[in-house]
Amino acid sequence: MTIAVSNLAAAAPRALHRPQVRIVIVGHVDHGKSTLVGRLLHETGSLPDGKLEMLKAVSARRGMPFEWSFLLDALQTERDQGITIDTTQIRFRTPSRDIVLIDAPGHAEFLRNMITGASQADAAVLIIDALEGVRDQTRRHGYLLHLLGVRQVAVVINKMDRVGFAKARFDEISADITAYLAEIGVTPTAIVPISAREGDGVAARTPSIAWYSGPTVVEALDTLTPAQPLRELALRLPVQAIYKFDDRRIVAGRIESGSLIAGDEIVIMPAGKIARIRTVESWPATPLATRQHAGQSVGITLDRELFLERGDIISHAKPPRDTRRLHARVFWLHEAPLKAGASIVVRLGTKDTRATVVAITNAVDPGELSSTGTDQIARNHVGDIDISLAQPVAADPYAENARTGRLVIEVGGRIAGGGLVLSVDAGERAAPVDIVPVESGLSAEERSGRYGHAGAVIWLTGLPGAGKSTLARALERRLFSRGGSPILLDGDTLRAGLNSDLAFSAHDRTENIRRLAEVAAHLARNGHIAIVAAVSPAAEDRAQARRIGDELFREVYVATPAEVCESRDPKGHYAKARAGQLAGFTGIGRDYEPPTEAELTIDTSERSVVEGVDDIERMLMSSGVVFTEVTDLAANI
Amino acid sequence: MDHLDELEAQSIYIFREAFARLKKLALLWSLGKDSNVMIWLARKAFFGKVPFPALHVDTGKKFPEMYHFRDRYSAEWGLDLRVEPCPPIGAVDPTLPPAARSAARKTEGLKDALAKYGFDGVIAGIRRDEEATRAKERVFSPRGTEGGWDVRDQPPEFWDQFNASPPPGAHLRVHPILHWTETDIWAYTKRENIPIIPLYLAREGKRYRSLGDKDITFPVNSDAANIDDILRELASTKVPERAGRALDHETEDAFERLRVSGYL
Repeated sequence: MTIAVSNLAAAAPRALHRPQVRIVIVGHVDHGKSTLVGRLLHETGSLPDGKLEMLKAVSARRGMPFEWSFLLDALQTERDQGITIDTTQIRFRTPSRDIVLIDAPGHAEFLRNMITGASQADAAVLIIDALEGVRDQTRRHGYLLHLLGVRQVAVVINKMDRVGFAKARFDEISADITAYLAEIGVTPTAIVPISAREGDGVAARTPSIAWYSGPTVVEALDTLTPAQPLRELALRLPVQAIYKFDDRRIVAGRIESGSLIAGDEIVIMPAGKIARIRTVESWPATPLATRQHAGQSVGITLDRELFLERGDIISHAKPPRDTRRLHARVFWLHEAPLKAGASIVVRLGTKDTRATVVAITNAVDPGELSSTGTDQIARNHVGDIDISLAQPVAADPYAENARTGRLVIEVGGRIAGGGLVLSVDAGERAAPVDIVPVESGLSAEERSGRYGHAGAVIWLTGLPGAGKSTLARALERRLFSRGGSPILLDGDTLRAGLNSDLAFSAHDRTENIRRLAEVAAHLARNGHIAIVAAVSPAAEDRAQARRIGDELFREVYVATPAEVCESRDPKGHYAKARAGQLAGFTGIGRDYEPPTEAELTIDTSERSVVEGVDDIERMLMSSGVVFTEVTDLAANI
Repeated sequence: MDHLDELEAQSIYIFREAFARLKKLALLWSLGKDSNVMIWLARKAFFGKVPFPALHVDTGKKFPEMYHFRDRYSAEWGLDLRVEPCPPIGAVDPTLPPAARSAARKTEGLKDALAKYGFDGVIAGIRRDEEATRAKERVFSPRGTEGGWDVRDQPPEFWDQFNASPPPGAHLRVHPILHWTETDIWAYTKRENIPIIPLYLAREGKRYRSLGDKDITFPVNSDAANIDDILRELASTKVPERAGRALDHETEDAFERLRVSGYL
């Protein structure tokens, strides 16, 4: 069969301005995806010289009839099993498009490969066998296309030759699939009757389908458009890394939406810090004075030294929300079902954090469209979940920004699922727009002039009985007697009041530390030295406290050996824990994660209280918190 | 952004993800057009500096022009060059056909380098359009402790989220230019003015389209005297890029067998 487009490939040199559209062909196993791909390559003149002949010869040698799908099934293992097992990328041209074709397997076993392929696509072709009609995998793939954000879907009804090219059968299946897609919010761009094996409807309307007046497959592909970068939305620049290869401190990342230019005022979320872009860095030419848009990988320097890290999102006046709670619609690919209470890792852009599945509010087998209850999401099923995050993240609802509103879930270091952020729900948190912080009327210099020190958070961490409270009290006395303003924040004391709603689960411990850090940081920003004595066993919780305290934070590791701590047992906790009356007590039942980057380490089995306080005071002096020349500074005011 | 800008931005993103998430990276520098583009992209990603070693797994059988190129540009580009020699042919699977067996030396050399330096990530310049089995690759592709590739058990990879936690003793292959084509490579080489080995340009009616060991790599017929000529040639040719690479054509599955055991 000769088709008009067959010599287009050789007609002109590849022009870079032709729109390139990445498409995926999906559908139930054996409905003819690979055959359609093989046929499309042939009809568009895209096969390398000799490939068709070579495969025909191989088929003959094996005593098998030639199949178009052999073109794709280049792997030995695939031919042995008769199934396409992975995504391949093949290119061909329609009259006005360069098509990158991503084949995706239909076998349920390989849904992860279908998702890998389809996630890269601008558009999809959903293929349905005219004999079999809409099957479970047809529905599953349709549903996943929707979740993956593929908005353009063309339907082809294949193997029309097997139903005598009957228009009635075509109409029946068209109605089925249209109704199904409408339920999940997808409108097909075309529904085309074809025979991939014989060629009807692929590149030409043959007499067999004379009753059909719509586009051929090639024509349908020719109307698809590439997905556009989100230029019109608000700026979102997730931070990939901070580089200091030379004297520049470059914040690197890819602009996911919006644009930026040197001089812009920016907000860094989730902390909500403000800065200005000093330069846009590049190589070999740098700096760049031009505006940088969505899709570009950039590097920027800021006008001030701020603590920021991988996973932060840089924005303009309309920042993403910061939250520790997300509601998401996820698809699940892991062998073991996802259950409420599961510990997972969530990756949202460049941010990753430990998280807990708080609840599953709905679970569905998209192949059957039946609800499967709310206790778990099985492999290859989808569901809605509430997630509690160990660290605050910046995120948008998917409906507002597709790039910063999607996440993946990792289990055991391997991607196990993905999904869309339905809502960013801080629950008890007030909308940022309603919060107008009132800054103090006193300047930092006024305060430090009076106290002889700048504000700081002294964070004493260590096992129960290590001597944290004793050191804290002695330090408080020392600083006070030299005219300073120390304030003691003891973990247990705060639990009696401010934190009385918290218990000892991992989540509550994290929240306890967060509140301590917030209070301490507030005091420190107002010139006081907040002395926190808290076991704070989790390195991640302390890292969060450091983020909150930022440059005012000083960590002191009270590294008294465990056996010494237990022999002291000032509160009788070790004895109770040994007697089994204190579950989850740090020091016996739980792991304490020792700090690796503490500003100071003190072992109170080797240093007296006075020596320990001396050590802390020296550290405060050398890092500029406590002034050695008190009077001189006071005179400068 | 034009097509090349998009490809470049995506590759830079992959480089930065690899550098952020893996501890000890190396970039495989084969000296060919693809790995030179890759080094260029790494310099873009890291503002002029390549912050990990460039590893040349040396069969000792490259063309003299290639060694000359390596020594000149490793200095000029400020690379931390590590050259790893390959074991003799006797150390390689004797059931492979001759050219594949010769190429498999490179796999063994790479395994030696991995053991010696303890790299947990190896950046390689393969492309999906080169060869059917490469089309099935992930951007972050886990390898077993023996360096093997299990094509049937590849983890899902979507939305630029990569699986970057290789089990102890295993490593990851990272493929920053997987989505590029041969035409893209040449168009970008021209736009960015990236140096190339002159063997790619025609002399006496023949040029090399792909460079490997001199005893198993052959030139193709061509009159392309510069990159523009190459781009025009690629627009009309239907000859596959690796036509001059003997190991691809020995048996139906020779290349696949090489890849499963850790070849690029």
